[in-house]
Amino acid sequence: MSGPSDYQPTNPALKWIERRLPIMGLMHSSFVAYPTPRNLNYWWTFGAILSLMLGLQILTGVVLAMHYTPSADVAFRSVESIVRDVNYGWLLRNMHAAGASMFFFAVYVHMFRGLYYGSYKEPREILWILGVIIYLLMMATGFMGYVLPWGQMSFWGATVITNLFSAVPYFGESIVTLLWGGYAVGNPTLNRFFSLHYLLPFVIAGVVVLHVWALHVAGQNNPAGVEPKTEKDTVPFTPYATIKDMFGVSCFMLFFAWFIFYMPNYLGDADNFIPANPGVTPAHIVPEWYYLPFYAILRSIPNKLAGVTAMFAAILVLAFLPWLDTARTKSSKYRPLAKQFFWIFVIVCVLLGYLGAQPPEGIYVIAGRILTFCYFAYFLILLPLLSRIEKPRPVPNSIAEDVLAKTGGGGAPMVSTVIALAIAGALFGASVQNAMAEEQQVPPSQKWSFAGPFGTYDRGALQRGLKVYKEVCSACHGLSYIAFHNLADPGGPGYTTAQARAFASEYKIKDGPNDQGEMFERPGRPADYFPSPFPNEQAARAANGGAAPPDLSLITKARSYERGFPRFVFDFFTQFQEQGPNYVDALLQGFEEKPPAGVTLPAGSFYNKYFPGHAIKMPKPLNDGQVTFDDGSPATVPQYARDVTTFLMWAAEPHMEERKRLGLQVFVFLILFTGLMYFTKKKVWAAAH
Amino acid sequence: MNPDASTIAAGAPIDVDLTPIAEGQDIKVFWRGKPIYISHRTKKQIDEARKVNVSSLPDPQPDQARVKEGHDQWLVVIGICTHLGCIPIAHEGNYDGFFCPCHGSQYDSSGRIRQGPAPANLAVPPYQFVSDSKIQIG
Repeated sequence: MSGPSDYQPTNPALKWIERRLPIMGLMHSSFVAYPTPRNLNYWWTFGAILSLMLGLQILTGVVLAMHYTPSADVAFRSVESIVRDVNYGWLLRNMHAAGASMFFFAVYVHMFRGLYYGSYKEPREILWILGVIIYLLMMATGFMGYVLPWGQMSFWGATVITNLFSAVPYFGESIVTLLWGGYAVGNPTLNRFFSLHYLLPFVIAGVVVLHVWALHVAGQNNPAGVEPKTEKDTVPFTPYATIKDMFGVSCFMLFFAWFIFYMPNYLGDADNFIPANPGVTPAHIVPEWYYLPFYAILRSIPNKLAGVTAMFAAILVLAFLPWLDTARTKSSKYRPLAKQFFWIFVIVCVLLGYLGAQPPEGIYVIAGRILTFCYFAYFLILLPLLSRIEKPRPVPNSIAEDVLAKTGGGGAPMVSTVIALAIAGALFGASVQNAMAEEQQVPPSQKWSFAGPFGTYDRGALQRGLKVYKEVCSACHGLSYIAFHNLADPGGPGYTTAQARAFASEYKIKDGPNDQGEMFERPGRPADYFPSPFPNEQAARAANGGAAPPDLSLITKARSYERGFPRFVFDFFTQFQEQGPNYVDALLQGFEEKPPAGVTLPAGSFYNKYFPGHAIKMPKPLNDGQVTFDDGSPATVPQYARDVTTFLMWAAEPHMEERKRLGLQVFVFLILFTGLMYFTKKKVWAAAH
Repeated sequence: MNPDASTIAAGAPIDVDLTPIAEGQDIKVFWRGKPIYISHRTKKQIDEARKVNVSSLPDPQPDQARVKEGHDQWLVVIGICTHLGCIPIAHEGNYDGFFCPCHGSQYDSSGRIRQGPAPANLAVPPYQFVSDSKIQIG
C-alpha cells in the first residue's frame, strides 16, 4: 500500500502470478519492507493486538453462529447448549464473550496512546477519523452481541439503549419502531440484531483496511512525534516490528487467557443468567463495563434529549480532535502541561466509568455532573487553550537522535503508576454485580473444593447433593438444562453410564403424540432432561403463593452480591468467583423462626437473613435428618446446604474441571512462547540499538 | 424493517374484564408486547391525584384527562417508564403510584411524573368501556 515494491519473486510460479496480480508485492511492501520508526514503544503493539482480536472475534463468532438459534423462545437455551453440549463450546463462548471485553480494553489503550502522542495531528486526521468510525461500529456490534444470549440484562439493556433513540425529535418513535420491528423489544428485534451483529464485524474489517491504508500512506507516528527523515530513523517492518508485535500479542494473550479459563464470569453480570422476562425489570440495569463512562454522561443530565445528545457528543467530539488541539508539537512528552492534563483526563474517564455502575442518586449524580463537565472541558476548552498558551520543550531533530538520547526515563514510574490505577479502575466498574437491598447481609465466604486455579468438584458432595436435590428441591424447582446422561459425564458426579441409565428410568417422562395422537408417559432415558415439577411458569406461580420457584440449573451463576472496593480487585488475582455458591449456601441456612423485632412479613412469607428484602416465599426447605446419606456424612442442614450447592455449581458449570485443566496447559504454553518471543525480539533488535 | 403483518395482526384490540380487580388492587396485562397497568384506585388515591396543583407538575395534565368520565376509579396506563423504557413497580414510591427501579422516576396515583429523569407522564393507551365492568384496549 505504499507505492511500487521492489519485490522480485524467483520462483517461476510466483513470477507468473505476480505479473498478473502483484499481491505478493503488496504484502511485501506493506508488511515486510515497510519502514517503521525505530523508536516505537510497546504502546504501538496494540494495533497488532486489535487486528488479532478482530480476527478471533470473527472466527469464534462464525462457529458460534452455527450453533446459535436467534429466536426469543430458544435463544437463551441455545446459548446454554453451546456451552454444555457443543464440543469446546464453552471455550468458544468464553473466548467470544471475554474477547469483546479484551477488544475494547485494547482499543481504549490504542486510543489513549493516540491521544497522548498526538497521533491525530496533520497528516493523520483521516486515519484518526477512520479510527473513530471503527470505534462507533465496535460499540454497535458489542451492544447487539450482548443482546443475543437473551438474558435479563440483554433484554433490558436492549430496551434502554433502543429507547435512547426515542429522544430524537419528530422521528424518534419511528426510529425505535424500526429497531424493534414491533411494538416492543421482542423476537423481531433479536432477529435483526443477530443479522446486524453478523454483518458489522465485516464492515469493521473493511474500515480497518482503510485505516491501515491511511496509516501506510501517512506513516506511523512515534513517541518523539517527529517525522522520519533519513533511513537511519526507520527499521523495516519485518523482522523488527513483527517480532515486537508478536511479543506484545503473546503478553496480551496471557491476560486474555486468564479471563477465558479462570474468570469467565468476572466481567459479566449475574442477571444475564436469568432468561429474559419482559414483565420484570432488574433492580439495577448496568451496561457492559466498556460503555459505562458514556452511560454516566447520559444519566448525569436530567433532561432526556440533552442526556442522549451529550452521550453521542462525547464520542463524536473525538472526530474533531485534530482541529481542537492545534498545538504544533505532537507528542505530549514535550508538552509539560498537556501531559499532566492527559493523565487527569484518563482519571476522569475511569471515574466516569465507576459512576456509570453506581445507582443514580445523591452524591453520584453530582459527581457525575462535575466529571461530565471535565470530560467536555478537556476537549472543548483545555486543548484549544493549551495550544495557545503552552510553551513546549524542544523536540529532537530526528528519531535517531531521540533513540540515542534515551529521554523520558524519569517519567516512566509515574506513568506506570497511573496505568496501574487506570486498569484497576476499569476493573472497578467491570465487576459491579447486581445491586441488592442496602441492608443486605453479605453471605460468609466458604471454602469450596472447586475454587481456585486447580479446583475440582468433590465427587461425594456432588452425589450427596444430587440426592438432596432429588428428595427435597425437585418438589418445586426444575433442573431443566441437565440431562440424565450428564450424570455420567467426566468432571461430573462420577456415575457410570449404567447408573445414569438406571437413575433416568426411575423418572416418568411425558412423550408423544403416539399413533393415536395421545401423549403418554414412559420411563426416562439418558438423553432426557430432568423433568420440571410444573408444566409452566404460571402453574408454578399459582402453586407457590405467587412466586415461581426458579429453575436451579444456573442458580449459582445467576445470584451474586457486591464485593465492594477494593476486594474485587484482589478477586481478579485470587480468581474469586464463588459469590453464587456462597449466596445459595447461606440462603439455605439463613432461615429464622421468628423475624427480628420490628419486622413484619407479608402473609405466606418467611424470614431469611440473606434473601434481598428478607421476605422469601420458600419455607425452610431443609431440616436435620431429612435426607440420609449412604456414606455416613452427617445428616445436618449445613451438610445438606453445602452438598446441594456443590451439586448446583456443577449443574451451572459442568465443564469447569476441563476448563481449568486446559487453562493450565494453555498458560504453560503461552508463558514459554512469550519468553521465546522476548529473547527473539532482543536478539533481532540488538543490531538496531 | 417496519413491523410485519402478523405482528400488526397480533396487536389487535383486547378485552379485559374488570370484575376480579378489587379496590386498591391492580393487574398487569400485555398488549402489543407492552405491559398495561389497570388500577382500581381507592378514594384516597383519586383525591390525592386531584388535589395537586396541575401547573406545578413537570408534565401538566389534570387527573380527569387521564381517566374516562364516570369511571374515575379506573386508571389504565402503559407501564413503561417514559425515560428509558423500564417497567415501573405499582404501589411504590412517595406518591402512592409507580416507582421505576432503573433510574428512580416516580409517578403518582394518576401515572403522572412527579420526580426523577422521566420527561413525561405514563402514556394512556387507547381504550374504551364496553360495559361498566369491561374495557377494550386498542
